Amino acid sequence: MTTTLMINGEQKSVDAPPEMPLLWVLRDILGMTGTKFGCGIAQCGACTVHVDGKPVRSCVLPVSAVRDRAVTTIEGVSASPTGAKVQKAWLDLEVIQCGYCQSGQIMSAAALLAATPNPDDSDIDAAMAGNICRCGTYVRIRAAIKQAASGRQS
Amino acid sequence: MTIAAKIPDAFSRRTLLTGGLASGFLFAFHVPVRAANEPVQPPDTTDGKFAPNAFIRIDAAGHTALVMPQVEMGQGIYTAVAMILAEELDADLAQVTLEAAPPNDKLYANPTFGIQVTGNSNSIRAFWKPLRNAGASARAMLVQAAAQQWQVEPASCTTSKGEVTHGASGRKLSYAELASTAGSQTPPKDVALKDPKDFVYIGKPLKRFDTPDKVNGKAVYGIDAMLPGMKFATLAACPVFGGKVGKVDDSAARKIPGVRQVVILDDMVAVVGDHMWAAKKGLEALRIDWAEGPNARISSKDIWQDLRAASEKDGVVAKSTGDIAKGLATGEKYEQSYELPFLAHATMEPVNCTVHVTPDSCEIWTGTQIMTRVQSAAAKAAGLPVDKVTVTNHLLGGGFGRKLEPDMVIAAVRIAKQVDGPVKVVWTREEDVQHDIYRPVYRDTIAATLSDGKIVGWKYKVTGSAVIARWLPPAFQKGIDIDAIDSAVDMPYDIPNFHVEYVRAEPPAVPTGFWRGVGPNNNVFAIECFIDELARKANKDPVAFRRDTLGEPRLKAALDYVAEKSGWGQPLPSRVGRGVSVQPSFGSFIATVVEAEVDEQGEVHLRRVTSAVDAGIAVNPDIIMAQIEGGLIFGLTAALYGEITIDKGRVQQSNFHDYRMLRIDQAPKIEVHVISSGEAPGGIGETGVTAGPPALRNAIYAATGVALRRLPIDRSLIAAGKKS
Amino acid sequence: MSPAMRILAGIVVIIVAALAAGLWVLRGPGPMAFSGGTTVALSDYRGTNPAGVPASLAQASLVERGAYLAKAADCMVCHTAPDGKQYAGGLGFKLPFGTLYSTNITPDKETGIGDYSDQDFLNALHRGVRRDGARLYPAMPYTSYTYLTDADALAIKAYLFSLPPVRAPAPANTLEFPFDQRWGMMFWSAVFNPDTRFEPDTSKSPEWNRGAYLAEALAHCGECHTPRNPAFALDNPKKFAGAITAGWRAFNISSDKQTGIGAWHDDDLISYLSTGHALGHGTASGPMGEAVDQSLSQLAPDDIRAIVAYLRSVPPTPSPDLPATLAPPAPASHKDGVTADARGKMVFEGACVSCHGWTGESPVSPFATLTGAWAVNDPGATNVAQIVIAGTRRNTPDGAISMPAFGDAYSDDEIAAVANYVTARFGGKGSKLTAQDVTELRKQVSQ
Repeated sequence: MTTTLMINGEQKSVDAPPEMPLLWVLRDILGMTGTKFGCGIAQCGACTVHVDGKPVRSCVLPVSAVRDRAVTTIEGVSASPTGAKVQKAWLDLEVIQCGYCQSGQIMSAAALLAATPNPDDSDIDAAMAGNICRCGTYVRIRAAIKQAASGRQS
Repeated sequence: MTIAAKIPDAFSRRTLLTGGLASGFLFAFHVPVRAANEPVQPPDTTDGKFAPNAFIRIDAAGHTALVMPQVEMGQGIYTAVAMILAEELDADLAQVTLEAAPPNDKLYANPTFGIQVTGNSNSIRAFWKPLRNAGASARAMLVQAAAQQWQVEPASCTTSKGEVTHGASGRKLSYAELASTAGSQTPPKDVALKDPKDFVYIGKPLKRFDTPDKVNGKAVYGIDAMLPGMKFATLAACPVFGGKVGKVDDSAARKIPGVRQVVILDDMVAVVGDHMWAAKKGLEALRIDWAEGPNARISSKDIWQDLRAASEKDGVVAKSTGDIAKGLATGEKYEQSYELPFLAHATMEPVNCTVHVTPDSCEIWTGTQIMTRVQSAAAKAAGLPVDKVTVTNHLLGGGFGRKLEPDMVIAAVRIAKQVDGPVKVVWTREEDVQHDIYRPVYRDTIAATLSDGKIVGWKYKVTGSAVIARWLPPAFQKGIDIDAIDSAVDMPYDIPNFHVEYVRAEPPAVPTGFWRGVGPNNNVFAIECFIDELARKANKDPVAFRRDTLGEPRLKAALDYVAEKSGWGQPLPSRVGRGVSVQPSFGSFIATVVEAEVDEQGEVHLRRVTSAVDAGIAVNPDIIMAQIEGGLIFGLTAALYGEITIDKGRVQQSNFHDYRMLRIDQAPKIEVHVISSGEAPGGIGETGVTAGPPALRNAIYAATGVALRRLPIDRSLIAAGKKS
Repeated sequence: MSPAMRILAGIVVIIVAALAAGLWVLRGPGPMAFSGGTTVALSDYRGTNPAGVPASLAQASLVERGAYLAKAADCMVCHTAPDGKQYAGGLGFKLPFGTLYSTNITPDKETGIGDYSDQDFLNALHRGVRRDGARLYPAMPYTSYTYLTDADALAIKAYLFSLPPVRAPAPANTLEFPFDQRWGMMFWSAVFNPDTRFEPDTSKSPEWNRGAYLAEALAHCGECHTPRNPAFALDNPKKFAGAITAGWRAFNISSDKQTGIGAWHDDDLISYLSTGHALGHGTASGPMGEAVDQSLSQLAPDDIRAIVAYLRSVPPTPSPDLPATLAPPAPASHKDGVTADARGKMVFEGACVSCHGWTGESPVSPFATLTGAWAVNDPGATNVAQIVIAGTRRNTPDGAISMPAFGDAYSDDEIAAVANYVTARFGGKGSKLTAQDVTELRKQVSQ
């Protein structure tokens, strides 16, 4: 089945079964490997992308459910001011270790800041608890979100 | 030793986060990081390239490449190695490229192990001297080349940021300009290394080189390998360890659009498709009758019974000082046992390997901690000579010891042999959890005597798997696994009569291997739990009791530091406790205080963790802090939730819903204080992992009086409120 | 219980059973009595035969027809153990007084029903009597199957006998005295098993009669959805008003508009029965999920419509503990709406919100939408807790969709907390489960 997707502002045509999760369409058909496979059951958040600006776990999102909604992946998140701020804060505070989960962390954080420009700790918990980091970078993720929100280093 | 140079305020975490470094130390270079897909030649000077050793390449165009003998799996080693090399070379870090080393034991073997391996928190420890020598030696040759050209004494020249300067005349030559002539210089015999006070890079919290590409999806991990014409596969091994494939009905699987091939091996089945989704659906559609074999009877209950029985036996004596019989006959005697479960690694990047096998070649793309072993294992599996196998190593999405094993490469090669063209074999998370090579179960028994509040005798027995015997057989001598007893034989406490035994007990069927924190995981836990119990018997404060008993001054200093920073001794609300642990593992000295709240149901809330670590010369203090922060979370996750259990020969856990991970809303506040003692650098990747669990357990002990002696923490025991 | 007490208790039970026999008249109406119409023997009925298979299978072999009927009767779910061979039995039903195991109904001669004659089989299905004369417990719904025609029952037998025999002795039941005395069931059966075949109601449409036959004789809906009286028999005056069976709540499927299915559209009922999901009404899980997967989803569309027609006619009985109106979507922000249970919220934000959203409307699949589901509007939170413990798996037209089982790694305290949080946030009234309640719920599930 041919589906037309709008990914990072570009139209992409893919031949994929309707139930195929967006994750595998991105990675294996489009070669956009920045979005990561972690668990396949929406428990780790590594595959997070934005669909119409909302964070969604692409490992359980059938491509047929995307339809004409706008998809943003880690490769395109810098195009939004929030995304760019998050990326910068991530580097400023040297959040990242192995980095494998961080595409998802950044996507979740960017969506959080887009919806809640000045998140408190409970907002951060609510938005980020679905993203597992095995390297244990949580303390810095929290600090980086606050820095990205305030625009200055906290 | 004194706390000579605890990280000055300019480098403290707080300042780092405020970023107010006026002195410009916050370098942020964009350094290209390349996978080892272009084999690096051994030292040669052809084409005007200066390649004085395995680690440094400078060409006439001005490119300086630094070759990374250790793999990057999040620990920041690329940055640290580059800093050390550039420090002695006086290279301009803003101008360098980092390259992953190809498989080559001759050039890149880890000096500690004799093979090309990244692990045991020893990259900096093992390579500190060799890398400094390599950098300094190359620098000396560049200086000689410049001096020759200028007809001056080399000693009259200085170097900085990739240039040689003749002080008197002010003449300058860049390393690029010297590349063609430097190679013909004789390398100095005993090259002088920099005085640490002259360090430009080392000791500074430089920005990591690997992270810029990790915020935009450009970083390439093993699982991201993409090749023209590549197919995708996923596999199922027999759920029972050691079981075989019986009958396979693949008729339904073959009908799934995108499924190309079903590969049936004797112990596993793989489905190959146009993408992972097809492969995954195909695998689910297979009807496989497994020949489960004898292991189908094995359960955790039996494994623990066997381990407990084994721990009753006498072990091989690993260390004995003083007179243990006399020691144990003096004063009041206490004895306890501590048990640790099987653990899976669960790296965020599921196990994977991409392979292209042709009749006379085998190409591997993966992320591994053991480059050369992967190469030889692939050669064997492919039936090809080693030199026909290329290995391209990518970034690792976590290693934690899982990628010290080549099993995923062997499986992928066996599958790829039956596939036309390249195939990426990715394990599902379920397969990753259920066919790991697990951290072994351990049972540690300690008998000790207290006399006048002092420990007089200490008899310690480790019972568990000998991973070393399988993984590095030459190191398994006289029946002693040097890893299993690590941190038990070199305990930091001064005890006159001291005795350590080891009982090798291999669990049936379950494969065991290294897991971040390795041997010290079990020993630090048992020792630090028991020390807390002894402190209580002696009616002493746990910090004071440790301080009185510790012999190692660096650890004593760390303990005093952490006691102060954690507010040790200050009042706490009810059901909140502080617990402490100290350890000298991996050449670093760390003291940790965990503050935790425990409710009536036994649920544990982590409030705050404070660590003070003396890792000798801190090459990059921010990376050290990050490793401790992350290591603490990793260890505390295991302490709270980690346990792999076996029933009917199979692992009962399968994914993050039943093999739980600590999440951000459960993470405590963490403060890490780096003490720079000026000693040789210590290892840092694992010390936080082993520090957390005993400190947490001791916090629970303090909060509730319940002395837990088994991990993971059993909330029902806390709820039941049984005191020790 | 001491031996003396056991004997005493046994005598008491026998007396009670005898009294029950004496109180025959009080056993209540039959399952179809509510229709109030005139019934006739099937042989006298002039409408389309409500028994048998759909028209599409009219020409099929006896075994194929039996296969359809066996699915409609949902034999396999109960007669298959987790990880066991199909129809080989061994599923354990946890009762307050012990565990009862389903038996092997493959044609194995020693451990299955290979030696059963046609009459033996009919005796079992219609009368609850085993080939050896022993009485079956009513966990085997023979008081429903008794309405099956002989022909349909024997078609099912033919199908079962076409299966490969599996040697699998049923595990021994672990019932306490006096419940281990099978002969006692003779009295129970005498009172509560009508031992009569289906009789069409001439005042109703043929479709209704087909639906009645499917729902009562085959699908045995009432076994879970009709409350039971103290003698463990169906309390038909409260027909389909909902009940808790095997630790799961079977919701009210009477035509009550607020708390039953009276306000559901036909399309929604059809969708729910045939796919286990209807937009805005949640998703079937647990035993109903199994019933959909193994039975209802495989029925002919006309048969599903017939069941719907029948369900529609069942008189309304309200469930007073359920809210009259279902809760709307929760607020989009985690801060708005219910935030009382901090631990429950913590579990939810880590493990649940990715699929279920803060509003309860799933960002990934309508199957994962909580808004509108009875489970989250049930202040008992029974099914919410069970789904969290055991997970669920639904087959959709686009393949399987599943929720993992959290019961092994989350404590009873956490499961209670998240169930309380979920019912409070997405339902009308939050539950008040305790860890102890969850411990009990775990024990009740068949396995």
